[in-house]
Amino acid sequence: MVGILSYGAYVPRYRLSRKAIFDAVGWFAPATRGYARGEKAVANYDEDSLSMGVEAARACLRSKESVYALYFASTTPPYMERQNSAIVAHALNLPDSVEAVDLTGSMKAGTAALLAAFDSVKSGRAPAAMAVAADARLAKVASAQEHLFGDAAAALLVGNGDPLASLLGSYTVSCDFVDYRRSTKNDFGKAWEERWIRDIGYGRLIQEALSGLLKQQGISPKLLAKVAFPCPYSAVRKKIAARMGIDPTKVQENVHQLIGDAGVAMPMLLLVSALEESKPGDLIAVASYGNGAQALLLKVEKGIGVYKKGLWQRALSRRAEMSYEKYLAFKELVPLELGIRGEEVAPTALSVLWRERKAVLGLVGSRCKRCGTPVYPPQRVCVNPQCKAMDEMEDYPFAERKGKLFTFTADNLAFSMNPPALYGVVDFEGGGRYWFDLTDCALEELKVGMEVKMTFRRKYVDKNRSIFGYFWKAVPVIEGGE
Amino acid sequence: MATGIRDKVAIVGMGCTKFGELWDKGAEDLMVEAYKEAIEDAGIEPKEIQAAWLATCYEEINIGKSAMPLSTTLKLPFIPVTRVENLCASGTEAFRAACYAVASGAYDMVLALGVEKLKDTGYGGLPELSFTFGTRNRMIFPNVTAPGAFAMMATRYFARYGIDPEEGKRTLARISVKSHHNGALNPKAHLRREITIEDVLKAPIVAWPLGLYDCCGVSDGAAAAIITTPEIAKGLRQDFVRVKALQVAVTSGEELMYQAWDGTHVESTVRAAVRAYEEAGIKNPREEIGVMEIHDCFSITELVTYEDLGISPRGKASDDVNNGFFDLDGQIPCQPDGGLKCFGHPIGASGLRMMYEVYKQLQGKAGERQVKDPKLGLTHNLGGFPPHSVVSVAIVGE
Repeated sequence: MVGILSYGAYVPRYRLSRKAIFDAVGWFAPATRGYARGEKAVANYDEDSLSMGVEAARACLRSKESVYALYFASTTPPYMERQNSAIVAHALNLPDSVEAVDLTGSMKAGTAALLAAFDSVKSGRAPAAMAVAADARLAKVASAQEHLFGDAAAALLVGNGDPLASLLGSYTVSCDFVDYRRSTKNDFGKAWEERWIRDIGYGRLIQEALSGLLKQQGISPKLLAKVAFPCPYSAVRKKIAARMGIDPTKVQENVHQLIGDAGVAMPMLLLVSALEESKPGDLIAVASYGNGAQALLLKVEKGIGVYKKGLWQRALSRRAEMSYEKYLAFKELVPLELGIRGEEVAPTALSVLWRERKAVLGLVGSRCKRCGTPVYPPQRVCVNPQCKAMDEMEDYPFAERKGKLFTFTADNLAFSMNPPALYGVVDFEGGGRYWFDLTDCALEELKVGMEVKMTFRRKYVDKNRSIFGYFWKAVPVIEGGE
Repeated sequence: MATGIRDKVAIVGMGCTKFGELWDKGAEDLMVEAYKEAIEDAGIEPKEIQAAWLATCYEEINIGKSAMPLSTTLKLPFIPVTRVENLCASGTEAFRAACYAVASGAYDMVLALGVEKLKDTGYGGLPELSFTFGTRNRMIFPNVTAPGAFAMMATRYFARYGIDPEEGKRTLARISVKSHHNGALNPKAHLRREITIEDVLKAPIVAWPLGLYDCCGVSDGAAAAIITTPEIAKGLRQDFVRVKALQVAVTSGEELMYQAWDGTHVESTVRAAVRAYEEAGIKNPREEIGVMEIHDCFSITELVTYEDLGISPRGKASDDVNNGFFDLDGQIPCQPDGGLKCFGHPIGASGLRMMYEVYKQLQGKAGERQVKDPKLGLTHNLGGFPPHSVVSVAIVGE
């Protein structure tokens, strides 16, 4: 049976309190007071939609499933041209034969990616396909969007097997409802009046898609176990439920107060949270919103019974606060004096990146077939001083291996967007050692010997040459602090 | 059967500029100053020099690539001149090449000169490292600087020996205080101020746990040596210095990529030292070495180098530090000129600057800093990072 085989979610560690936003810039926009409740998830300085997408995809790929098609949806892909999904595929160490596709342009792109994944599997083109949705939308200071937008990612793997849920049908409304628009020439979008967006956009279009779906499927709204759709306005959520005759307790709890509106990832995250609480036989309707709406009807299958849950709560529980000032700096909303050291970025040799793409983007090292010693970066000659076998290597991926922090420092001289620069030497379980930047942590949290995990990040940004230098960093596993 | 370099060549002249933030001087000025002092010290004419080696590290700043900046600055008459670069060991590598050329019989009067003009980047510290280690490494090396890379050895050293970082920093501070005491006596040093342990402990952190006074300065400077055969040297002066050992060890990569390295020593130093002692015929370095100039780029480097050179037992260098073993009046005075700590570290020049001090000490010409009657002197350079290093050890004597 074709269906969703696994899911992943990623919420960045840092949260920005909306009160902090309002306290700082509410003087300029008193009307945003109504938004200033709860908090939103914000990407660290070294994260973007692509890197978060990789993290969600890694969480989704819990066993060694192969992925033949990869659909990456984002309205904030780092590249307009240079395929973002191909970078994600390399980070997941997928073969070059993967069908990688970018979807963008509307917040519907997340559910569109999921439909594409179903289509490619159902058509027989791909035995398994993954839909990844991630957004980190940029909002102007003191705008409503500054309160609304949050950063997060989700991923769903579709394939043949004993699925968690199957797809019964979908219904799409596509129209030029210009609530929010952003051209390629601008970093920031522009919004029309909020009341219109609230009542007609969310209020009418989502309902149109959901009603169309149920009518098409011949299913009464009362049969739905859960309904999930993005909408920051709780009154509108209730109104939609009331108008459609859905028990309001069946509307999936909105995470607006916890992470904000994560764009294309939002319906996917809500679906993940719904699946975590569902049982076989449940019907789940999930809808995306954006220039119309797109609704999918899913039936929870037996696979859910044996699926290991808790991922969603774990994703949410890793949490530390970020100040509004740091947020402004990380989102480049204030010009920081980087200093000459910070302005100097060594050029990236793209032919080297091509040759070394498995090592750089996939963190693939090598292992000596004679003595079994793993090594990163990959070597032709074995590094074991007792072996030194030449050209007897096989690929050895390190990304999913746990490590121990061998040593570390906090460097105030090195340029970092989040000084001091933290880095250390990591010993991998099963062998292999290398030095890596450390992220999502503070010096006070570091200890020699502590466990670390690898995470895909922007290592450097070379604005003048349009390069985001992606690589892997180590994140300490902080007990009790997440 | 290789017989090594012991007693095959002699140093007959040396020169060294004042080191510092020499905003009014370019590399050309520094080369001429070091060269002038060296040939005057040797009592030779420029035309007697048959070959030369130039050490510089950074080509992004300074004088760029090739040996031509040396030959054209000194107007060397179409003789063979070679540029040598091996990070912080560059100066000693130029010296080694010059010594080997004389020992081979190819030449009998040669020049080794190291120069680095660092203070033209516009910012503190060494030039940005992401440019330094090649096109692949810039994609995968962490955001590392020299202080950070060495700080990681301090973190590990403290963890391994169960030393509270505050206590460890106090021992490291003692090392810097000693070097500043010596540097204050040296008119050629960059930093010439005595400091206290409290000054070191209160200084801002550069890379945890290392603070400002745990780090050497960044400066400009040059140093030069004239090398010849012992036979010719005898005709030039009585107090020439003989080369006893020249060893270089370069990492195999295993410290950073294999889990055997303990993170509290520098393997290249251990390997180079063992070979150097053998070449020089030294059985017990703690008893036989009279004076040392070691690569104190950071206080922690000096601490572990005492152990790596076999002078202090493993994990026990702090006892020697705290007992004054390496002080100017101690058993093996270390950094009598003030070291990298007070000279700063113009990369290409440092190895020859160290040799300059040891040469003067062996000749008894070190003035206020004179160590009591040293017979053998050792210089040590460590390029790269503790787990990824190139090390030179040179031993010279009467």
